[in-house]
Amino acid sequence: MKIAVLSGKGGTGKTLVSVNLASITEGSSYIDCDVEEPNGHLFFKPVDIKTEDISVKIPTVDNCLCNGCRKCVDFCKFNALAYIQDNIKIFDDVCHSCGGCKIVCPENAISERDKNIGEIQRGVSENVDVNTGILNTGEASGIPIIKELLRESDNREFTFIDCPPGSACIVMESIKDADYCLLVAEPTLFGVHNLNMVYELVRIFDKPYGVLINKCLDDDNPAEEFCIEKGIDILGKIPFDNELGTINSNAQIAVRADKEYLKMFSSILKRVTREVQDETAINP
Amino acid sequence: MRIMIPVEEKSIESRVCQSFGRAPYFLIYDTNTRESDFIDNSAANSQGGAGIKAAQTVVDNRISALLTPRCGQNAADVIKSANIKIYRTINDSIVDNINGFYDNKLDMLNEIHPGFHNHGGK
Repeated sequence: MKIAVLSGKGGTGKTLVSVNLASITEGSSYIDCDVEEPNGHLFFKPVDIKTEDISVKIPTVDNCLCNGCRKCVDFCKFNALAYIQDNIKIFDDVCHSCGGCKIVCPENAISERDKNIGEIQRGVSENVDVNTGILNTGEASGIPIIKELLRESDNREFTFIDCPPGSACIVMESIKDADYCLLVAEPTLFGVHNLNMVYELVRIFDKPYGVLINKCLDDDNPAEEFCIEKGIDILGKIPFDNELGTINSNAQIAVRADKEYLKMFSSILKRVTREVQDETAINP
Repeated sequence: MRIMIPVEEKSIESRVCQSFGRAPYFLIYDTNTRESDFIDNSAANSQGGAGIKAAQTVVDNRISALLTPRCGQNAADVIKSANIKIYRTINDSIVDNINGFYDNKLDMLNEIHPGFHNHGGK
């Protein structure tokens, strides 16, 4: 069961939810796809870490073989190549590694070299396999790292995918193979705006989904109203809780620190599991 | 020699465009014949790398000098590799800048900005 946890903005509680749900299972896999600023590992403090370098292919030109036809320059949709005074100049940071220039070159003047963009760290924290993707500062896209993170299929019963915030390409890559999407929302007007972004995304991707509203107070709850209006299942409401906030900000895993939170997240997990199983029964 | 200026409209009376990479048109002005030629900037609607593509246009049109209010790093790399000079425009009047060029009143553009990376440039 692959469960992706996403939200329209950072700070709503994706990591809180995915880290704690992963921790209460008998054995699960946690995958941190927020490769620009992974933070799950701060809570898990995994051990026995194995590191894997991730690279992308960047073109390199042999100007002696180049005949100046400029097919590569014209082909590149990202304008990563320029032709100046009989030399091809390549802009590494603009290149999206599609490999097209190499294919269109009639003289085989273009070959590829590896450019390291980040790494994956795989370790263990008690009952959880912790997989962390890390993108080097300044790199354009973390998608190749996410692809590799999600590539190996896991034999664990549960896999929790801690997604990047928002709804752009990098989030789409993270949810592609998910069985279920858990949308974490804040109970404010701004929270509704952000929830709507991921709500639209999961519907485009035809993923089953449910909402968890985090930081709830006794006031009006625009996020709850939004869900009721749209007919979206609310799988749980986490109260605005100073104690929980403090535990979290001390990088402690709430379910491991306090039985009260163990109970709270257990009932959320029960509800999520039921939803996923129902979905699989309807759409095997 | 041929000089190039990013412009808002295809008219010598119109204004210098504040963006180089995403200017709608370029003016190519021949300082010997005093002839003006306006071309479309194919980079204006690029998904990305607009500066690089616009700079390629400068190189391909045998330009000796680019007059512009500002220029990004990638575009500047292309233009300087081709030994083309970049001058800073003094105001948004095309005519004033052409005259300024004739009178050697224009400064070189030394402040190259890091680029807008798909965030427009306008």
